Amino acid sequence: MAKLTFVGGVHPYEGKELSKDKPIKEILPKGDLVYPISQHIGAPAKPIVEKGDHVLVGQKIAEAAGFVSAPIYASVSGTVKGIEKRRLATGGMCDSIIIENDGLYEEGEMLPTKPLEELTTKEKIDLIREAGVVGMGGAGFPTAVKLSPKEPEKIEYVIANCSECEPYLTSDYRRMIEDPELLLSGLRIAVSLFPNARGILAIEDNKPDCIAKFRELTKDDDKIMVKALQTKYPEGAERMLIYACTKREINSSMLPADAGCIVDNVDTLCAISRAVMEGRPLMERIVTITGDAVTDPRNYKVRIGTNYRELLDDAGGFVKAPAKIISGGPMMGFALFDLDVPTTKTASALTCLTEDAVSAMEPSACINCAKCVDVCPERLIPKNLADDVENGQEEKFLAEYGMECCECGCCSYICPARRQLTQLIKGMRKIQLGKRKK
Amino acid sequence: MSDMMKVSSNPHVRSSVTTSNIMMWVVIALLPAAGFGIYNFGIDALIILVLSVLSTVLTEFCYEKILNKKITVTDFSAVVTGLLLGMNLPCTAPWWLPIIGGIFAILVVKMLFGGLGQNFMNPALGARCFLLISFPALMTNFTTDTYTSATPLAALKAGEDVKVIDMIIGNIPGTIGETSMIAIVVGACILIMLGIIDLKIPGSYIISFVLFIILFGGHGLNGAYISAQLAGGGLMLGAFFMATDYVTCPITTKGKYIYGVFLGVLTGIFRVFGVSAEGVSYAIIIGNLIVPLIEKYTIPRAFGIRPVEKKEEKRA
Repeated sequence: MAKLTFVGGVHPYEGKELSKDKPIKEILPKGDLVYPISQHIGAPAKPIVEKGDHVLVGQKIAEAAGFVSAPIYASVSGTVKGIEKRRLATGGMCDSIIIENDGLYEEGEMLPTKPLEELTTKEKIDLIREAGVVGMGGAGFPTAVKLSPKEPEKIEYVIANCSECEPYLTSDYRRMIEDPELLLSGLRIAVSLFPNARGILAIEDNKPDCIAKFRELTKDDDKIMVKALQTKYPEGAERMLIYACTKREINSSMLPADAGCIVDNVDTLCAISRAVMEGRPLMERIVTITGDAVTDPRNYKVRIGTNYRELLDDAGGFVKAPAKIISGGPMMGFALFDLDVPTTKTASALTCLTEDAVSAMEPSACINCAKCVDVCPERLIPKNLADDVENGQEEKFLAEYGMECCECGCCSYICPARRQLTQLIKGMRKIQLGKRKK
Repeated sequence: MSDMMKVSSNPHVRSSVTTSNIMMWVVIALLPAAGFGIYNFGIDALIILVLSVLSTVLTEFCYEKILNKKITVTDFSAVVTGLLLGMNLPCTAPWWLPIIGGIFAILVVKMLFGGLGQNFMNPALGARCFLLISFPALMTNFTTDTYTSATPLAALKAGEDVKVIDMIIGNIPGTIGETSMIAIVVGACILIMLGIIDLKIPGSYIISFVLFIILFGGHGLNGAYISAQLAGGGLMLGAFFMATDYVTCPITTKGKYIYGVFLGVLTGIFRVFGVSAEGVSYAIIIGNLIVPLIEKYTIPRAFGIRPVEKKEEKRA
């Protein structure tokens, strides 16, 4: 049988063997914890603590400021030192709640919950919303909103995005290997929200052990399917994943629900399970510290708000001077110029690479080789779009479907002339999105 | 602040394929055919190949040096042009022919239009056609000590029989690089395996050409005639190495098929109805000229954009 996949994509060096076999290590933060109020798409959360307040683990410190927003919880006990602007991994500054850790990890009250059978759909979604669960794959879309489509009966598949197609990252893999039941319980809860839905575990075939394990665990469950996908980047991009699993296509202005699908990332489903089953708000996540510059690449269970530097120090620091430090993976992550940024709900990894060919790379003339066309998963002509941007032809850019770009980076990756295709297109998309808002 | 890291936008890793190593592989892939040319035609062929490569590279270098531009000869594209041009000349050509051709190819067809990536037609073919028009006798003199007969295609056109097996191996008169179908296909296989070219253009070119020859060639399904048409006259060299020239072929997938079929039909017309037995060079050059048009009308629909949606809009 042909493996499930989409047209296009690339296969960069995987780099997963660096941290693949390292069990998740729990790390307790020593320094101050920083909680940016904007760790999700939508309105930034509103702080509800003040300087000097004493907080406990699991205490809400900022509340959702609208429907598309998510509350934030303290992941340690201690004293609020203040609310000030701090730098985010994405480069911008954001108001952040700073908490001085008292090292006691005193737990406060968790969210009130009931046995699963007694919970109604609405109560489950409310728990997920209240727990501050957002898409932890990187986008940070509030999960409760995602799980409340207009017509829930039209949802046919809840897809657990277990593909982890980004090179170097192994956090989802470790989660699946070490705690498959948690993921399954999260998926089952998500499926239970929709009357006609079935669950799909979509796993890339470079994780055969996971595929085998989940096949075994779900063999008696006719509501959950395990699907093996071809290992290819960006297999885990929402639209590509839906296509690979169901052959349904959605464009950038549609929601997965329009194709009868809901897609959630591994860590997100785990957070859903913990919120609904235990009433535990989202306070931790798995982060991979990796790259050839790191002494001991591995996976950590991290309390959200922990400084990246602490994680790196625990991984033995740098074995070689890094040329580039990336929050996330090398294909879609953000380059950091400073390690002093907090891990947020959406921070999946810290990838430290000794070689940085990209910054110094000089683009040469486009030779029209069409490699960008062949790899573009959105079936665009990246070369034309980049030309449009360089020539200031906004209308042509829009006519050639420029806004459909998912910024996956495949075109820049493959370009033999080293043109900054993704970067140019991304810039123009930002301008156009800004215009739409106005 | 001294330990600040370099920051750039995603992606942070790049594939190892660069323009210059693609061009280098094209040069390597051309070597079997060029080598066979030297074996077949002797030292004269080697001299012509060297002169033509030197003239393209030096022209590019001098042009950039004089105009104070960035020197780009290290990207190997001028070497490819030079080699292709040399392979498209007869071994009897006088020494100055490859030099004029090389200068024309680089200066007129490539650099004056903006250099690499900006030329609207294949420089080597542009130069070849320029030489064919300017020095027709020198360009079509295939009589050497080894070969005194006409080229197989000319013989075919005149109604004579040809030995297909010789055409496939390459023991026939012709230009330096076009005679050996086997050597060309070996080179093409290298490029296909490395993913540098694919079969979209050569495949549609050759298939449409064969169909055209069957329908209009006047010999019906005569296998010998068809194979001779395939093996002769630079069709293979053109289909695999010149029609696939990145810069001058369409960028869209659908466009590539249209372009290939267009070339196949055009070559068929030139060979069957034209005065000369050849037609590949002219077909590709004319094909090059309509590439912008093909590209304009073959922009694919993006992922998830359905033609259905447009219909729905109309209904509403």
